[in-house]
Amino acid sequence: MATPEWFGKFKHRMAEIVETENDVLERDMVRSQEIEPEKGETEEEMYRRIRLEQEKQEEEEIAKRLHEWNSRNVSKVSRGVYCALCVLICVTMIALLMYTVTTLPSFGSPDHPINNEVSARYIEKGLQETGAVNIVTGMILDYRAFDTLGESTVLFTAAMVVLFLLRLDSGSEKYSQLARSMKEAPHADNFYEPRHDAILQMTAKILTPIIILLGIYVVLNGHLSPGGGFSGGAIMGAGLIIYVTAFGFADIRRFFTYKTYQRVVLCALLTYAASKCYSFYTGANGIHSIIPLGTPGAILSSGLILVLNICVGFIVTCTMYAFYAVFRKGEV
Amino acid sequence: MTFVTQLMLLFLIVCAIAVCLTRNLLTSVIIYMGYSMIMSIIWITLESPDLAITEAAVGAGITSLLFFLTLKKIHAIDARNEVRRAHEQAQKEKNGGADDGNA
Repeated sequence: MATPEWFGKFKHRMAEIVETENDVLERDMVRSQEIEPEKGETEEEMYRRIRLEQEKQEEEEIAKRLHEWNSRNVSKVSRGVYCALCVLICVTMIALLMYTVTTLPSFGSPDHPINNEVSARYIEKGLQETGAVNIVTGMILDYRAFDTLGESTVLFTAAMVVLFLLRLDSGSEKYSQLARSMKEAPHADNFYEPRHDAILQMTAKILTPIIILLGIYVVLNGHLSPGGGFSGGAIMGAGLIIYVTAFGFADIRRFFTYKTYQRVVLCALLTYAASKCYSFYTGANGIHSIIPLGTPGAILSSGLILVLNICVGFIVTCTMYAFYAVFRKGEV
Repeated sequence: MTFVTQLMLLFLIVCAIAVCLTRNLLTSVIIYMGYSMIMSIIWITLESPDLAITEAAVGAGITSLLFFLTLKKIHAIDARNEVRRAHEQAQKEKNGGADDGNA
């Protein structure tokens, strides 16, 4: 039976993808089987040999199943129809999109449909009403602050769901296994970073403070210059992730644990909701807000926008970091 | 529209096609990062610096990072292939030229 080339490649790929167990666990598994090393073989080589044998068995099994499925379901005709349909759908979509683009009004033209009374109002009265020099932040966090609250809640919910799904239960067997292998090999890259990479650590040492400072600047100046809570938070989250990648979770645990994450995000969300409640209450009842708008352009200006920006910044920073941590090792 | 902007737009199209056509998943994620960087410069030329900052932080930074993590999880970037290759190489050297008939 002559197998085509793509089949071999696919088989190889499937075997790689299916095998998702942690290497540390594998080593434990091998150890528990108590296999004697062959003559003239070091322990390391024995593990490698056993692992390769296991891989080979799995690969063969996958190939067998794939071949069964393949011979049953895919004929030459249906593959041809599949290819033809692919090309047809792609070309149709491209033509549709191209046609739509040609009917759009040109960029920046005065009779553009977005140049209506809404944007005119924002541009004319935005600074006066919100006190924010950066009109985009004024729109996001004042006129449309309710949307932004929804966005922050969505981010928080997404992070929570990822935690539910991927967080390792501290009572589970896998967790204790991982903890055991951690004790045996505290610098194993498989579970805990880092690899003690000198280049990475040096780069992180220089870059992390700059990145986090930039993030803080972007958050605090959200009402004065481009940026705001979301982008600043993403920058700070990236800074934290670089730090973790270089120095490991043990280091970041000193100031950022699951408890910190919960508290910071909850406080930020509640502060956001409370301050927005206040402005909705005063606005809806025609009561003059006691929070001063300040002089436009000063750092302490534009009323509640600064507070809201900081809240969003905290939420996004923590959520980005939590995503990374949970994906990487199943824990914040 | 200046020449540079047109060049960048062309680069976007080339990147988008290259992402689809690359075999190596790691390479396509890196091309995607390049796409995001150029896209953020284009946002600045379109006078929306807010979007540019977000695109640079989220598109080029966080998203690609999550992609890298996923690739690592499914062992698409791993030392394993190298281990396998080294092992096969060692086997071949051990057997001399006798293995050539099977390969």
